[in-house]
Amino acid sequence: MATVERHPVQPGKQLIYEGTRIPPRCPTILDVPAHLAGNEDINQINFGPNHPSTHGVLRLVVDLDGELVVGLRAVIGYLHTGFEKTMEQKSWWKCITYPERIDYLSFQTNELVFVLAIERLLALEVPEKATWMRMCLLELNRIHSHLVWLGTACLELGAISMFWYTFRERDQILDLSEMVCGTRMHTRYFQAGGLAEDIPTGFYDECWKFVEQMPKAVDQYEDMVDRNRIWLERTKGLGLLSADDAIALGQSGPCLRASGVDWDLRRDQPYLFYDRVYFTVCTREHGDVWDRYKVHMDEMRQSVRIIAQCLEQLQKFEPGAPWIADDRKVVLPPREELHTSMESLIHHFKIVTEGYRVPEGEIYTTIESPRGEMGCYVVSDGGAKPWRVKFRAPSFVALQATATCMHEALIADMIAIAGSLDTVMGEVDR
Amino acid sequence: MANELIPATLKGFAVTFREIFKKPITQQYPEVKRPVYPRFRGRHQLHLHANGLEKCVGCSLCAAACPSDCIRVVADENTADNRVSAGERYARIYEINLSRCIFCGYCELACPFDAITLGNEYEISEYSRDDLIYTKDMLLGRPVKKIPVADPSIYDTPVPYYKTHS
Ligand code: SF4
Ligand code: SF4
Repeated sequence: MATVERHPVQPGKQLIYEGTRIPPRCPTILDVPAHLAGNEDINQINFGPNHPSTHGVLRLVVDLDGELVVGLRAVIGYLHTGFEKTMEQKSWWKCITYPERIDYLSFQTNELVFVLAIERLLALEVPEKATWMRMCLLELNRIHSHLVWLGTACLELGAISMFWYTFRERDQILDLSEMVCGTRMHTRYFQAGGLAEDIPTGFYDECWKFVEQMPKAVDQYEDMVDRNRIWLERTKGLGLLSADDAIALGQSGPCLRASGVDWDLRRDQPYLFYDRVYFTVCTREHGDVWDRYKVHMDEMRQSVRIIAQCLEQLQKFEPGAPWIADDRKVVLPPREELHTSMESLIHHFKIVTEGYRVPEGEIYTTIESPRGEMGCYVVSDGGAKPWRVKFRAPSFVALQATATCMHEALIADMIAIAGSLDTVMGEVDR
Repeated sequence: MANELIPATLKGFAVTFREIFKKPITQQYPEVKRPVYPRFRGRHQLHLHANGLEKCVGCSLCAAACPSDCIRVVADENTADNRVSAGERYARIYEINLSRCIFCGYCELACPFDAITLGNEYEISEYSRDDLIYTKDMLLGRPVKKIPVADPSIYDTPVPYYKTHS
């Protein structure tokens, strides 16, 4: 493992701001300052839960002094779906369909983190082809998530055209997903042991087309807003978060890297084959909305690089190379054997009705989702259902930084700041 | 300041201006339907044997596999004068609550007799939730509207046996 710079603000480098801005009483609540408390001019308003720029159903209770945000509380839980509890009632095989729906923008990532947990508990070997394909889909998914973020973040600040442009590329990704996985989102394509189905030959051509087009599209997005005065004024120097504060608040992903911390699980705790591909971890140092935007743009370019390398590797495999482990206790037998082999039929019945058993134990797996460190903690009691499942959701952690970022912000900037933290409410509430 | 402002803004407009001359990517959806890929999982279909008997034998394996518990199967015995399926038993009631279904396709994976597959129909919105409970007759019927499918030889390899033989 590469040595990691723990404390990123190098000597001589300008600090984003002096000291810490984390609210002292409670890190997630911005209290109205003492001299303003009880003042009649302080206006308390509700932002959300049904506001289009809250990225879901987030309610922010905001105290306003004129246009200035002086107090802030986030109220969450409107999208609570009880996924973790529901998963305890389902067999491991059925559970795979659940994590994807937690964060509906980075479904593949969430699926993978749970599947990896099962595979590690089972000590299951995954064929190389499946691992490369998983990486390829993961990076496509990262771009998908960043595109939706970019489109909506610009939309909230009034740049409508960006939304149409980003959704053009997003649609291509979803088309690829439909071709390979059968559904555009929530694919359940990653199964314990590998992939659900083989990769269609047409995938490579279409994906190469996308790889060629995507960097041009990113340039186009940047052309559109990079020098735009309105965009610059509404993003630069806003929503500051220093590296120390970001670490103290447990941030991860683009939020952390925009603050100057060079930390990416893909490089620092490699999973899949991330240690076999070339890519750069993109960081910026000012920790404002602009830097978060830039980190997202740079990451899309790096993801395209990774996809190209995965495709090269995938095309080296013979067309029928195995895509799922050959373990009859866990993996559904091939379809054609059901009609010829009694043993296969028994295994099939067993997996479908009762589900496979996972050895007793507990495990915590983490991967780098588009939003940061996505973790999955699983406890198995040796039965056919998980005993406990818990997700560490990066959006939930990102949301905790809202109060810190909202330092002396105007009400209009609040939208830009809340948007830049890139939270998905489905994942926050789970 | 105005000197910087104008070229900077024009640069953004240049992007949108150039797009005017490109071919639009808009799909004229209700009139023109984009072909779905062969693996697309749409509305379910129950299948019949060539001799007209139902393939489903009411074993409830699909119901057991369904993560959202939206399939209900009640089986009954075939008799000499009421032979519905090729097996010993048949599904007297077969219902899928499509408002709960997540289109995961686990039911088609589970079915050992290739009796149920997920077809390619996706226009299944209804005005009432009750209408989304599909009964056996509805699932056995073939969709009126045909949806084009992309070339399976390129976009689906290998073609699963049960997709070509049902
Ligand atoms: S597709 Fe999935 S959710 Fe829908 S009926 Fe089949 S198993 Fe159930
Ligand atoms: S559709 Fe298949 S799995 Fe479901 S009851 Fe009928 S035969 Fe059994």
